[in-house]
Amino acid sequence: MKVDKREIVAALLPGAALALWALGGGALFSATLEPAERSALGAMLEPRAALLLLGWLLLSGVLGWALRAAYLRWVAAAGRLAEEARVLLAADVEREIEPQGGAEIRDVADVVNRLAAQRGALRADIAAQVREASRSVEQERNRLAALMAELTQSVVVCNLDGRILLYNSRARTQFRALSSAPSVSGGAELIGLGRSIYTVFDRALISHALESVQQRLQRGAAHPSAQFVTSTRAGQLLRVQMAPVRAIATEGAMSRAVDAAPGEVALNGFVLMLENITRDFADESGRDRLLHGLTEGSRASLGNLQAAVELLEDEDVDAATRERFHGVIRDEVRAMSQRIRELASHTAQTMKTRWPLEDMLGADLLAAAARRIESQCGCRVSTSEVDATLWLRVDSFSLLQALLYLAGRLVDEYEVKSVSLRLAEASGRARLDLAWIGPTMSTEIVMGWETDAMRIGDESLALTVRDVVERHDGAFWFERERVRHESFFRWLLPLAASSEQLDAAQIVKTESRPEVYDFDLFRASEQSRELAERPLAELAYTVFDTETTGLEPSNGDEIIQVGAVRIVNGRLLRQEIFDQLVDPRIPLKPEGIPIHGITEDMVRGQPTIDAVLPAFHEFCTDTVLVAHNAAFDMRFLQLKEDSTGVRFQQPVLDTLLLSAVIHANQESHRLESIADRLGINVIGRHTALGDAFVTGEVFLKMVGLLADMGIHTLRQALEAAQKTYLARVKY
Amino acid sequence: MSKKVLIADDEPNIVISLEFLMKREGHAVSVARDGPAALEAIRTARPDLVLLDVMMPGLSGFEVCQAVRADEALAGVKILMLSAKGRDTDIAKGNAMGADAYMTKPFSTKELAEKVRELLGAA
Repeated sequence: MKVDKREIVAALLPGAALALWALGGGALFSATLEPAERSALGAMLEPRAALLLLGWLLLSGVLGWALRAAYLRWVAAAGRLAEEARVLLAADVEREIEPQGGAEIRDVADVVNRLAAQRGALRADIAAQVREASRSVEQERNRLAALMAELTQSVVVCNLDGRILLYNSRARTQFRALSSAPSVSGGAELIGLGRSIYTVFDRALISHALESVQQRLQRGAAHPSAQFVTSTRAGQLLRVQMAPVRAIATEGAMSRAVDAAPGEVALNGFVLMLENITRDFADESGRDRLLHGLTEGSRASLGNLQAAVELLEDEDVDAATRERFHGVIRDEVRAMSQRIRELASHTAQTMKTRWPLEDMLGADLLAAAARRIESQCGCRVSTSEVDATLWLRVDSFSLLQALLYLAGRLVDEYEVKSVSLRLAEASGRARLDLAWIGPTMSTEIVMGWETDAMRIGDESLALTVRDVVERHDGAFWFERERVRHESFFRWLLPLAASSEQLDAAQIVKTESRPEVYDFDLFRASEQSRELAERPLAELAYTVFDTETTGLEPSNGDEIIQVGAVRIVNGRLLRQEIFDQLVDPRIPLKPEGIPIHGITEDMVRGQPTIDAVLPAFHEFCTDTVLVAHNAAFDMRFLQLKEDSTGVRFQQPVLDTLLLSAVIHANQESHRLESIADRLGINVIGRHTALGDAFVTGEVFLKMVGLLADMGIHTLRQALEAAQKTYLARVKY
Repeated sequence: MSKKVLIADDEPNIVISLEFLMKREGHAVSVARDGPAALEAIRTARPDLVLLDVMMPGLSGFEVCQAVRADEALAGVKILMLSAKGRDTDIAKGNAMGADAYMTKPFSTKELAEKVRELLGAA
C-alpha cells in the first residue's frame, strides 16, 4: 500500500504545532523576565518537566488522531471518489462506486452512481436504436437489391464523381456487350463497385445531362430526368435515362452535398437506366430509308406519270411524242410496282422511333451554348434575340456540339470576334441562327463544314452537322444578309409539343424529401488528396496472381493464367473477378503441370497474352495493384509492355514485403505461412484466381496490422516495403 | 413572246413532259442533266426561267439556286424549284435559297404552266 504523505503530515501536525507554540511561547515569556524570576521559574518547571512532556504527548496524540481522521474522511475520500469517477468516465464498465468518507462525500458518490446508471441506460437505448435502424436499413437494402435484380432494365447508381455504387445483374450483362474484349473479361473491366462510369460514357455527356437535370430541378419539374443517346467504343448505341439522387441534408454529414450553390438543388449522385437500342436503331433506320424511298420515289414517279398522262390528252401531240409518253408511263408503272414489292418484302411496322429527342427550353439550350462558346472559343456571344417561351424537341448534346464546332471554326478560320444566337418561331418550327458580322466567305467552303466530321478542340467526333440536322428531321443552311453585312447559319428544328407545361399540382417542392431509400451509399466521394496520401483502408485494389510456364521470364517463360479480384472499401468483391487462361504459344514444361494443374489442352485455343493484357489492364483501371511477390509478376507484365502496348504504371503493393514489415523476425514469408499466421483458411490455391483470393484476404488483415504500426497511407506502406531487405531481390 | 427556259433535271421521264409542255407554251427550251451543267447553262445562256430539280447529281438544286442568287449578273433569272422533297423544311430552305416558286411532285401540268406564265409575266 502506498504511503500517503499528507496523511502522516495530518497526524503529526498538531504535535508539532503544540511544541512550536510551547517552545516559542516559553522563549518569548522568559525573555520578558528578570534573571531572578527566570531562575525561579526554571526551578519551578524543572522537576515537572516529565509531566509537561506527558501532557504534550497526550494532547498531540489526541489532536493528531482527530486531524488524521478528518483528513481521511473528507480530503482523501474526495480524492478517491474523483479517481473512481474518472475510471467510470474513461471505461465502459458498469459498476457502482463504494460510498465512503463523510456524509457529503457519500452524497456525491451516490449522485455519481446515479449519473453513471443513467448513462448506461442511454447507451443501451442508443445501441438498441442503432441495431433497429441498421436492421431496417439492411431490410431495405435487401428489398432494393431484390427489386433491382428483377428489373429488366439495367440500372447503375453512381455518386457525383461517377463512381459506381450499385448496379444490377442486367447492367452487368449489358456492359458485357459494351466491352471491347467480351470474351476475355466479360465486361468486368467496365462495371464494378467503385469503378468510374466515365470509362463507358463520355464525361462531357454525363455532365451535360446533369446540367439539364439541374435546370429542370430548379424550375421545379416533376420528373427532372434527362435522356441521351450515345454510341460506345464497341459501336453499340445506348439510350440512357438519368435521374438525380438528391442529397438528404444532415448537418455537416454530407459535405459534398452542402457545397451546392444557392438555388441549386443539392445532388449527391445519379441513377442511369440503360437500354441498348443498337438493333432497334438499325431496324428503324432501315424502315426509315424504305419509307423515304417510297414517299419521295413515288412522288417523282407520280409526277412523271401525271405530266405524261395530262400531256397525252393534248391534241397537238404527234405520234412519235405520244409513243414517248407511253414509254414514260410504262416505265414509271414498272418502277412503282417494283418499289411496292420491295416494301412488302420487309415487315414494315407502323411504329416509328426516331433518334430520341428530348424537350428542352430553347433559352436554356442557347444559354448553355453561349457559355461553352465563350469559354472554349473565346469569343463574345449575344443572346439578346431569343424567344424565351419556345420549347424545342432536340438532341441537345449533339446540337450543342454542332454550335460549338461551327463557332470554333468561325473563330479559328475567320477570326470572328463575336457571334449572336437567335431563336424565333417560324411557321410551326423553331428557327435557330448562329449569326456574325464580318468578313465575306465563300458559301461552298462554309457549307463544306456541314459535311466535315466535327472537331471540338482536339477532339474529333464521328458526327457531322448534317447528321445532327438529320437527327432532328430539320434543315440547315448558310445565308448572307448583304445590307447588314451579316452572315448566319440557320437551323429549322422541331418544337416541343406543348408538354412540360408545369401544372402547379405537379410541382415538387425541392426541399421535400423524395420517397426513396435513405441509403448513405453516396457519402463515398473522391478525395482530392493525392493517391499516395490516401489511407490504405480507403483505396480500391486489384489483387492478382499469374501462373507461368516457369520462373524465368527473361528466359522465355510465359504467363498461362491471370486471376484477379477487386477490393473496394475494405471488402473483397468475390463477384468482380478476372479469370483467364492464356495460350503461351510455347509448350508447357512437364515439371510445372503438377504445380499449377494447367495442361496443354486447357490453354490451346485460349486468347494469347496480346489480347489478355489489354483487357486486364482495363480491369485494373484506377486501382492499386496487390500481389504476393509482386516483383515476379510485374517482371512478366513489364516484359510484355512493348508487344502489347500496355503499361502497368499503377502503384504496386507486395504482400511478401508487407509481411516482412509486419513480422520482421519470422523465417518464412511464403503465402501459406502468412495466411496461417493470420488465421486465413486456404482453399483452392495454385490457381491464379485462388491465390489472388488468399492474397486479398491476407492483404485486408495486413491493412489493420500496418495501421497498428503507424502505417496508414499508401506512401507510408510503399516506403516501409521498400526498406525491408527483401526489396533488393530482383528477378 | 418567246422566252428562254432551262430544264434542269436528271430524270429523262420528266424532262420529256417538261420539254413538251414548255415548247407548247412557245418557249425556247434547253436541258441540263446535272447540277454543274445547269449552273454552267444558266451562266452562259441566261435563261429567263429555270425549272430546277432539287435532287441532282453534282450539285443539288439548292446549291445551284444559292450560287445563282449570289451572282448579281444573274438577278433576272427566275427559278422554279421542282422537288420530290415535300417536307415543309425543304420548302422553307428552297425559299430561303432564293427560289421564286417551289412545287412539289406530283404536280399538275396545268398548274405548272400557269406558274411559269405568272413568273415570266412578272419579269
